[in-house]
Amino acid sequence: MKVALFVPCFIDTFFPEVAIATLELLERVGCEVVYPPDQTCCGQPLGNSGCQQDAAGAEALFVRNFAAYDYIVAPSGSCVHHVRDHLTAIPQDAAAKHVRAQTFELVEFLHDVLQIRDFPWARFEHKVGWHNSCGTLRQLHHAQPSEINAPFFSKPLTLLAGVPGIELVSPKRPDECCGFGGTFCVTEEPVSARMGYDKVRDHQQAGADFIASADMSCLMHQKGCAERLGLPLRFVHIAQILNGSVR
Amino acid sequence: MSRRVDHVKAARTFIQDEPHIKFHDQRLWGLRQLRDGQAHGIAEWEQLRELASQIKEHTLSHLGDYLEQFERNATANGVIVHWAADAAEHNRIVHEILSAQAVTLLVKSKSMLTEECEMRPYLEARGIAVVETDLGERIQQLDHEMPSHIVVPAVHKLRGDVAQVFAENIGTDPTNDDPAYLAEGMRQDTRPYFLKAGAGMTGCNFAVAETGSVVVCTNEGNADLSANVPPLHIASIGIEKLIPRQSDLGVFIRMLSRSALGSPITQYTSHFRAPKAGGAMHFILVDNGRSARLAMDDFWYSLKCIRCGACMNTCPVYRRSGGLSYGGVYAGPIGAIINPTFDLKKYSALPFASTLNGSCSNVCPVKINIHEQIYKWRQIVAEQGELGFIKKESMKLAGKVLADPKRYRAFSEGSNRAIDTLPRALLYNPFNAWGKQRELPTPAAQTFHQWYAAQRKEQADE
Amino acid sequence: MSSRDAILAAVRARQPAARALPEVPLFDAEYAGDLVPRFAMALEKMGGRWLDADASVPLATQIRLLYPSAQRFCSAVAGMDGFASPGADAAALANVDVGIVQAAFGVAETGSLFLSEHEYGNNALGYLAQHLLVLLHPTQLVGNLHQAYQRPEWRSARYAALVTGPSATADIEGVLIRGAQGVRSLTVLALANP
Repeated sequence: MKVALFVPCFIDTFFPEVAIATLELLERVGCEVVYPPDQTCCGQPLGNSGCQQDAAGAEALFVRNFAAYDYIVAPSGSCVHHVRDHLTAIPQDAAAKHVRAQTFELVEFLHDVLQIRDFPWARFEHKVGWHNSCGTLRQLHHAQPSEINAPFFSKPLTLLAGVPGIELVSPKRPDECCGFGGTFCVTEEPVSARMGYDKVRDHQQAGADFIASADMSCLMHQKGCAERLGLPLRFVHIAQILNGSVR
Repeated sequence: MSRRVDHVKAARTFIQDEPHIKFHDQRLWGLRQLRDGQAHGIAEWEQLRELASQIKEHTLSHLGDYLEQFERNATANGVIVHWAADAAEHNRIVHEILSAQAVTLLVKSKSMLTEECEMRPYLEARGIAVVETDLGERIQQLDHEMPSHIVVPAVHKLRGDVAQVFAENIGTDPTNDDPAYLAEGMRQDTRPYFLKAGAGMTGCNFAVAETGSVVVCTNEGNADLSANVPPLHIASIGIEKLIPRQSDLGVFIRMLSRSALGSPITQYTSHFRAPKAGGAMHFILVDNGRSARLAMDDFWYSLKCIRCGACMNTCPVYRRSGGLSYGGVYAGPIGAIINPTFDLKKYSALPFASTLNGSCSNVCPVKINIHEQIYKWRQIVAEQGELGFIKKESMKLAGKVLADPKRYRAFSEGSNRAIDTLPRALLYNPFNAWGKQRELPTPAAQTFHQWYAAQRKEQADE
Repeated sequence: MSSRDAILAAVRARQPAARALPEVPLFDAEYAGDLVPRFAMALEKMGGRWLDADASVPLATQIRLLYPSAQRFCSAVAGMDGFASPGADAAALANVDVGIVQAAFGVAETGSLFLSEHEYGNNALGYLAQHLLVLLHPTQLVGNLHQAYQRPEWRSARYAALVTGPSATADIEGVLIRGAQGVRSLTVLALANP
């Protein structure tokens, strides 16, 4: 299966190891992975700020970069949410529609498309608090949100259950937003930081050594909060666990 | 020109007071958990939400007919029906009704609509005393503040704050902050007003077209006291409160208090159909911007709102910034999508006081797509040029860079990369704000792009 | 143009394309059995009290025993020996210690009681009294609120309330207090014989 890898801008700059883990993991499970070199950003920061016009260039470039592929996979829920639900600053031609329909977040790609459940090459002997990022939880439907009266499921927890040695701990508010929120993290700094503090404290009180997520942006914010508070928490993207890059 | 609400500044002040923010967050999160307990205890909960949404959307799509049906039935029941195009007309009608009966004291139960109309100061300037009889609303009235929450108006206050307000206004002991003592003090202070008042006023949770009746939900019974003890009852009704049939009430009453407070029903669910023997009843149907909102393709869904406050309780931003930080009658997620319809400039910050996490939409009993509307309001704010110069210009620059791979690589991998690059190029000068309470992320020695070029050159060239 | 006509014209010009009105099911499958325990539990959760009347003792006597320190009783239920009836003057009810009414029916889902001007005599009785004693025939229970709204009593009532426990507030730090503005307690006395 041929897959085009989309590496969001902040992962490219700050967390290349997450992109490498994603690449290796996809290859390990049999995908032929292509990295289109002209990629930049999906346009999410602009779209989320209301700047549709300014987002159009990035969105058009995204479509040009990825239109030729059957599957586009990214290790970032919020970016995939933007592509799937908000890539609307550009004309909705066949290429745009194709790209929007065929872009997958890594967890859902592994869970739904490849239907992989076991990760015997990985091992993670730590207490892990799972961070449900809002984009994956309520937009990509990774899991059943606690607000809804419907049977529980969680794709990321199903995948993590296939990792030997892992111990999951649950914070008191597993669905609460951590306060990253894209540009919100700087435009609404006081609330954002407070939410981040509350989030990392909740995980720490639950006994987590690591906080793991499918969204590195949330973790970047939480890591900044935990470090400022002096909490001994570590942060890891699910790709790094599933690939066995971090043990 | 109206002053722009500065949500960030108000939130910063609120957060600095640890006892208040801690209580506020935990109290409202507690309500959210009680709500979950109720919602998960009813097998048909999600079906009820869907029905409620459909009933409201149907009603709004036939609103003209239902308003006329309601008027016809209410009139036949002996109610005098008035129509007010805006807040000013509403206030004038209330004043005329009261003046005609020489009323100088009005007792009332909570109504967001009368807050919207700023009715109290209007009447007080004309010699009519107005007494709010809901405890939380009375606290806010005496403290000269707007309600900070549509269901629990004084939730941002601690018992000590209330003790102080009451000591100054109703003569309770300032050193006694026992809630039972304070509530009893207010009971003793308020009950005589019901007996003296020439008229009572209520809001309206639901107006039933089929019966011409108005339904009001309270826990204190203060709407029932306001409407039943004085000879004259006035109900102010937003035109979006209509529902077609009495049987529709089953859907809404089952969900209203469960969503709001996590209780199966309010202590009193009161149905006013006709004036009591020897009394008079007036209904005022108020537009005040609602018909204009009905014309807004993306935003008319907000008219489905039944004012339960569940979106506020679940909102992580609201819980940590307090209702007053929204600077308008409606706070929280619903405020972020309703207030801009009244004054876009003044409330242009509110759609940005959200992380777009979507929890509000999930708890909404009438399935308003609140977070999607917040997203769309941001576009309106940007289109109307209310974004602010720095943000606007930095977005324009970021848009150009992100559309151009070469320029983008120059930014992210150029000689002055590191902290001076992404996402700084995207977010205006973010690290000033980022670093106040958070450590900065460290850029990697090598971007993934560089790593890939070095490691996988042959594949990249294919 | 009057505001009425202007509002109606604006609404008609702007209302969205017609959407269908759904039928609302009764959702009553789970309310097939004995509703009394369910009603009593729901009532108690809302702060009310459920008591079974003793058929061998006059009701008035039982009620007096329930409120040993009460001075002024006022009953809207006919045939209660020695209790005053509510008059037309609402304010006159302000000093009543115990109001006595008989609910038309109850709702098991929520523990609510149907009370209208027919049951109250004077509506203020249900709110100005310090305590409310509600007689109820256990046969007069419906399952849920959907069923409650099918009842015929609504049609003739000018005013009708679903009353669920006593007046309550949690507006100060979320601390629950019974007796905010209305009655401080609500007791249901279940009648032995219909």
